[in-house]
Amino acid sequence: MVALATAVEAAAGLALRIENLSHGFALDGEHLPVLQRVSLDVAAGEFIALLGPSGCGKSTLLRLVAGLEPVDSGRLLADGESISGPDPSRVVVFQDPTLYPWRRVWDNVALGLEAQGLLKTHAAKVDEALEKVGLSQFARAFPRQLSGGMAQRVALARALVNQPRLLILDEPLGKLDSLTRITMQKELIDLWQRQGYTALLVTHDVEEALLLANRVIVFSDRPATLQAQLTIERPYPRHRDDPYLVDLRRQILGLLGLGENW
Amino acid sequence: MSSVDATTLNPPVAFKIGWPVLAVVGAWLAVALLISYWPNATRDWPMTQGLTHLCVGVAAVFGVSSVAGRRFARLGLRLRGAASWLIALPLLLGIWELLTAKLALLPVPFFAPPQALLAVYVEDYVRLADSLLHSALLLGAGVALGAATGFIAGVAIGWSTRIGYWLHPVLRILGPVPSTALLPLCFFLFPSSWSASVFLIALATWFPVTVLTWSGVASVDKAYYDVARTLGAKQPFLIFKVAIPAALPHVFVGLFMGLGASFSTLVVAEMMGVKSGIGWYLQWAQGWAAYANMYAALLIMALACSGLISGLFRLRDHLLAWQKGAMKW
Repeated sequence: MVALATAVEAAAGLALRIENLSHGFALDGEHLPVLQRVSLDVAAGEFIALLGPSGCGKSTLLRLVAGLEPVDSGRLLADGESISGPDPSRVVVFQDPTLYPWRRVWDNVALGLEAQGLLKTHAAKVDEALEKVGLSQFARAFPRQLSGGMAQRVALARALVNQPRLLILDEPLGKLDSLTRITMQKELIDLWQRQGYTALLVTHDVEEALLLANRVIVFSDRPATLQAQLTIERPYPRHRDDPYLVDLRRQILGLLGLGENW
Repeated sequence: MSSVDATTLNPPVAFKIGWPVLAVVGAWLAVALLISYWPNATRDWPMTQGLTHLCVGVAAVFGVSSVAGRRFARLGLRLRGAASWLIALPLLLGIWELLTAKLALLPVPFFAPPQALLAVYVEDYVRLADSLLHSALLLGAGVALGAATGFIAGVAIGWSTRIGYWLHPVLRILGPVPSTALLPLCFFLFPSSWSASVFLIALATWFPVTVLTWSGVASVDKAYYDVARTLGAKQPFLIFKVAIPAALPHVFVGLFMGLGASFSTLVVAEMMGVKSGIGWYLQWAQGWAAYANMYAALLIMALACSGLISGLFRLRDHLLAWQKGAMKW
């Protein structure tokens, strides 16, 4: 828990409790189970990474935590209160930046404040958030004028401006080139350490999970069940060639059935 | 955007007094000479000298503005872009003049020479202006009504399945009917031919606006709603700040189609029952075999309709500045 101690405002985070959560979809009239009896406790200010085979239900879990869909069975508690819908304290950053193309960068970042009727009193926060992600100069640009990395930074600023207590990251770096990715991994850690929110990251990149998270959760194939949990007790910044992380990486790839390949 | 073009083409394009300017001025002067000195064949058309003066005037205006264009780079650029057309126009005018007034190769009452149109504008401008005004009022009322209701209906169908349940069949049955087909019915259902025409023009505009607004709202990326919802947006925000702006490109296609449909409905309505307007003027001119008046009115109509479409595109370019590479009118 070294990392938690370094987080400036650990109290800003939200404690998440997932109890016996099961969820499924109707597909061509048949019930398709996606999550099966998933239980997980996330402490306030923790950075959790979720790993698992493609299509195993990780993103569904995020949507449920965000409150975008109602839960089939089981309980989802944010600071002890049941999650019944979306709330600006739990913000999602998606794999696609999904910026509104008709709004300039500044207005995209202002979206949450505007939706909550806070823009008039809190406009300075928008500038602050843009400053944090280093895009103040692009406030007047349209999304189409941004590169992929810049657009994803704007999406991050749009989330941060609401001062989320839980930041839900659904493969936010999945579509970026590897160099931009490395830069943004570092930025994600910096922001998390400064803001103290709880973070829930879905990723396909084992290395990314190991570099960022306090704890890595490995899911089985669909219907997803919790397969393993690994606590990573290493201070930040971490190095990808740290033998401890390399060893963990081999273990996790083994759990995902890819141990032989590498 | 043209200001950006002007600065990128450095040094600023000064309109050179070269062959294009001379050719344009020369062409207009030549057609002026042709009109003035070539004797008219069958009859002495009034306003022949008036047309001559007009052509000389155009030559003079062009000459002066091309000199001014050296100072004002933008004006120079615009003139340069139009130079070929400015030469082609007097040539076409000359051919028209030869075929009608000078050689009388085209049958006379049906084909009027250009000076006859000029005479109509000079003598009958009061009636023409009055007709234009009445058409504008009728079209304005109908299009405003149709566009507003179409937009609302489109958003409602796209957003709410319950409203869609009731409106969708109405749209499918009533929409595709050419609104001119309902003209005889409307003329006795409505208290006045004016209100009937407003309704028909509104209907003609309503259909494409509704369908395209609906398709625009229905095709909004669902992720846009997810983003807004997690940021605390409620229903009105999702409609007015997400669905509608995202659907606007479609809405403008609908408005463009609706405006086009409204023009033809307007003319037919005015020919059938309304006692004023450009359509009525066309009908009236044809009744008196006053073909010059008809051409004059048609020309005005072409310019007015084209102007309205241009206005719509300007509004679109303004509101959809965020789009890249949209079609220019």
